[in-house]
Amino acid sequence: MIRAVIVMNTQGKPRLTKFYDYMPPEKQQELIRRVFGVLCSRAENVSNFVEADSVFGPDTRLVYKHYATLYFVFVFDSSENELAMLDLIQVLVETLDKCFKNVCELDIVFNYSKLHTILDEIIFGGQVLETSSAEVMKAVEEISRLETASNTITLVPKSISGWRS
Amino acid sequence: MGSQGGFGNSKEFLDLVKSIGEARSKAEEDRIVLHEIETLKRRIVEPDIPKRKMKEFIIRLVYVEMLGHDASFGYIHAVKMTHDDSLLLKRTGYLAVTLFLNEDHDLIILIVNTIQKDLKSDNYLVVCAALNAVCKLINEETIPAVLPQVVELLGHSKEAVRKKAIMALHRFYQRSPSSVTHLVSNFRKKLCDNDPGVMGATLCPLFDLIAVDANSYKDLVISFVSILKQVAERRLPKTYDYHQMPAPFIQIRLLKILALLGSGDRQASENMYTVVGDIFRKCDSTSNIGNAVLYECICCVSSIYPNPKLLEAAADVISRFLKSDSHNLKYMGIDALSRLIKISPEIAEQHQLAVIDCLEDPDDTLKRKTFELLYRMTKSSNVEVIVDRMIDYMISINDNHYKTEIASRCVELAEQFAPSNHWFIQTMNKVFEHAGDLVNIKVADNLMRLIAEGFGEDDDTADCQLRSSAVESYLRIIGEPKLPSAFLQVICWVLGEYGTAGGKYSASYITGKLCDVAEAHSSNDTVKAYAVTALMKVYAFEIAAGRKVDMLPECQSLIEELSASHSTDLQQRAYELQAVVTLDAHAVEIIMPSDASCEDIEVDKNLSFLDSYVERSLEQGAQPYIPENERSGMINISNFRSQDQHDTSTHTLRFEAYELPKTSAPPRISPVSLAPSTELVPVPEPSYPVEMHHVASVPSVSDTGSTELRLRLDGVQKKWGRPTYSSPASSSSDSTSHKAVNGVTQSDVSSTSTSRTRDSSYDSRSAQAEISSEKKKLAASLFGGPSKTEKRPSSTSHKVARSTSPAVEKSQGPKAVASSTTGVVSEKAAPLQQPPDLLDLGEPTVTSSASSVDPFKQLEGLLDPTQATSAANHGAVDNTKAADIMSMYSEFPPSGQSSVIANPFTTNAGDANLIPGLSTTNKTGHAKGPNPRDALEKDALVRQMGVTPMSQNPNLFKDLLG
Repeated sequence: MIRAVIVMNTQGKPRLTKFYDYMPPEKQQELIRRVFGVLCSRAENVSNFVEADSVFGPDTRLVYKHYATLYFVFVFDSSENELAMLDLIQVLVETLDKCFKNVCELDIVFNYSKLHTILDEIIFGGQVLETSSAEVMKAVEEISRLETASNTITLVPKSISGWRS
Repeated sequence: MGSQGGFGNSKEFLDLVKSIGEARSKAEEDRIVLHEIETLKRRIVEPDIPKRKMKEFIIRLVYVEMLGHDASFGYIHAVKMTHDDSLLLKRTGYLAVTLFLNEDHDLIILIVNTIQKDLKSDNYLVVCAALNAVCKLINEETIPAVLPQVVELLGHSKEAVRKKAIMALHRFYQRSPSSVTHLVSNFRKKLCDNDPGVMGATLCPLFDLIAVDANSYKDLVISFVSILKQVAERRLPKTYDYHQMPAPFIQIRLLKILALLGSGDRQASENMYTVVGDIFRKCDSTSNIGNAVLYECICCVSSIYPNPKLLEAAADVISRFLKSDSHNLKYMGIDALSRLIKISPEIAEQHQLAVIDCLEDPDDTLKRKTFELLYRMTKSSNVEVIVDRMIDYMISINDNHYKTEIASRCVELAEQFAPSNHWFIQTMNKVFEHAGDLVNIKVADNLMRLIAEGFGEDDDTADCQLRSSAVESYLRIIGEPKLPSAFLQVICWVLGEYGTAGGKYSASYITGKLCDVAEAHSSNDTVKAYAVTALMKVYAFEIAAGRKVDMLPECQSLIEELSASHSTDLQQRAYELQAVVTLDAHAVEIIMPSDASCEDIEVDKNLSFLDSYVERSLEQGAQPYIPENERSGMINISNFRSQDQHDTSTHTLRFEAYELPKTSAPPRISPVSLAPSTELVPVPEPSYPVEMHHVASVPSVSDTGSTELRLRLDGVQKKWGRPTYSSPASSSSDSTSHKAVNGVTQSDVSSTSTSRTRDSSYDSRSAQAEISSEKKKLAASLFGGPSKTEKRPSSTSHKVARSTSPAVEKSQGPKAVASSTTGVVSEKAAPLQQPPDLLDLGEPTVTSSASSVDPFKQLEGLLDPTQATSAANHGAVDNTKAADIMSMYSEFPPSGQSSVIANPFTTNAGDANLIPGLSTTNKTGHAKGPNPRDALEKDALVRQMGVTPMSQNPNLFKDLLG
């Protein structure tokens, strides 16, 4: 099963964390820090896999992918296939890209709950639920539609391009 | 690029995110977040907050917690939000609680009811949100509360809901398998769901179930195979394609399941061959996901009953992976290789260059994976190279976790396959030096035992060589700074035990070194203790040998310093040393026999040697000992003791009145007078009062003695914990016996034997090893009777081999014959203990005629004892060469099978079969002490996995890859 999904930027700031087994917040922070430490020390052009049993306990690995300013990290155990997990990251990113049209770090920061919605459509309780980004998009759009239908909350337009950190 | 915005961001929130993004330091960020927390705390409790605002607060809380700050003050508001009717708010509430709470949180009880209601909702999104929360928040106790609803949802009209309901049930299964066992049939039913997505989801729980118990699901093999076939043939809707692959994730799951079901089941496996073969052919190897499926196919092929065609296909894919430029694929290739190597060992050699490349790759992940592969393919022929590589790598890394792992692997391999004891010791030294305290302390024990026991055979000279080489290497290393504690202990022990044994080093030299160690590690009591005991041994051996002992001044000052040490253990050892030095040669020899760490120590548990003393005391009016269970008023005490055995009766409440101190004199003196007389009989048991139950008679002495003492030293008692501790009268009364200074009556008896106690605990362990080696010898003599007499024929056939040695052997037949004969040779060679040297004998090719002679010669040998003896002489001459052959032999494929094929005499096939087995017995037996049987099995296993060498291999890597 998948143990955790972590999205963090290249400075080590978490942008999205989801642990499928409960972890107290302090433990989460420590794990994020250690994962970041591992990722930092890895050179370019090496494999995307890291054995993570020193961080997450026995029988865990970690697959990461580096996109612009973000690391996408999936932590999982031996019942998953590394290459397939790498593609699952791809699915997530493709979906985000479709959703936000050229996704960047800020989209992720400012659409925190939407990101969770997307992730919940892809991974459910630590298992891969859906791998077609078109299907995920459909589900997410349906949710947004119904959400807005049940509410009349005005949406603040995204006008944040000048606020890059 | 307008955001579609999942929620309305207010200016405040945007400002917060922005300022955190701009924060220069962690401290600044913390300050911002703390300020935010203050704001939230204040505002979240305001009455009549608009719902939209409230939702934003909750999201801000989640954000704050993600940054590592405590947001628990807002949990209750998130819980409240799940009750809301609005879908948006409800979903936000569920999101927040799944992130905030764990399944055992107090607030869960407030959510369960909401979840129950939401699971019945008409709106499928509400149901999905509730199912999502179920996965995270329901624990074993609350499962029954929601289980009926979840099961009902398996029949929901929306496939998204059915999918999630299955996943939720899977989660329940993970949490508490017993709660859903009656529902397992639902998983089987859902496998036939109309929607492929639901079917795919069902594979997750089924995989878990099958992993636990494959046999109950064998009937599903056909279904899985046909599903996989349909998927591979693109019968699923286009929407399931991913990068032009038909539903790859479903394929991967199915292949994993098939691997489990087909493992060790020929019939089931045969059903799978076609479909797996199809996937191998069809799979697109250019895309990442295609390779993922291919890798899964290899895993499946290596797990199910082997099929030559599939293995070939798998080997092709592996070579493609390894040749790829992508590190990911190389990684997968190495992993796949280590799986496949179990079944077809020969494929490793065509990839040896690729493997070496991976080993030298800068990518750590890849390197570690490669070490794992090497670890799995280690055998006696390549162990030196592999372990050397591992140690080099171990030295180069800083990650303690991995260092520990690789160190333990080095140790394991070295213990299993060590070609010689000398090499073993050298290797252990390196491991200790660099991984030191990360290594399990047992390894140190094993090493000491190996040095002490030697080869376990009657070959004293070799043992001496081993020991002196160990001593030399330690004397070289000892001066180095920062040696780990465990290693220093080994060094001290070996120097004490064997430092002066060879006569090469003088006692003063060794003791000087030992003093240096103790001084250099003055903060480490254990090392100091080892050093002092080693000093005592060295001096004792000197005295026993009739030489005069001149204690070095630094040694004397060390002992003086230690006799005032805070550690009572060190004190005791120091006093022991002083006492031993004053004794005469005869007594010392009995206390400290040289090289006797492996001897059994007889323990007189009844303490019969005390009988006369007890009688004398009784005559003088001492009270007779009352066994514990007969004592009245002590019931509570015995209870108490079970909790805290340490201080037994001395610390517990006593209900009877104290006696008058008038009879104190005799018992107090007597322990002192007793000590020298009993000194020669080691009594390890009563060394600490912990073992009170075993030593029934000793407390009778100390009990009576200590009650009186207690009266007078009431204040001291409390201060020192153990009342008998301070009895100055007895300490001053006898200056020759240093033990009395301690005053602890119990330890009086034990003090002479502390060092022995340790040794004896070794012995009990080594005795076991002795037994198993005894068994091994027995087995060898039982089955090896005829084979012993084969010496002659085998060595002659070996000569034949040598005369034709450069002959090229390519075909399988002669090779097999060669292995069977070399097997014979190695059996004989094993006890000779010669480490394989570098003499190159070439490939020992034996013509089949030579081997066909064998059986007759065997019979001859059986009938003719004189020939056997002459063979022994012959063997002695030939031993180096024979040992060489042994090393050659280990490079050959499993000889058991091949010799059967090769040997024309079926009646002798059994004999021939036994021989290689025996050879391994002996070989591993002397290669390492601890567990010959395990090692034997492992060795045999690895041999089967071993790689066959080919003549066209580049010589460079020959040693590594066979």
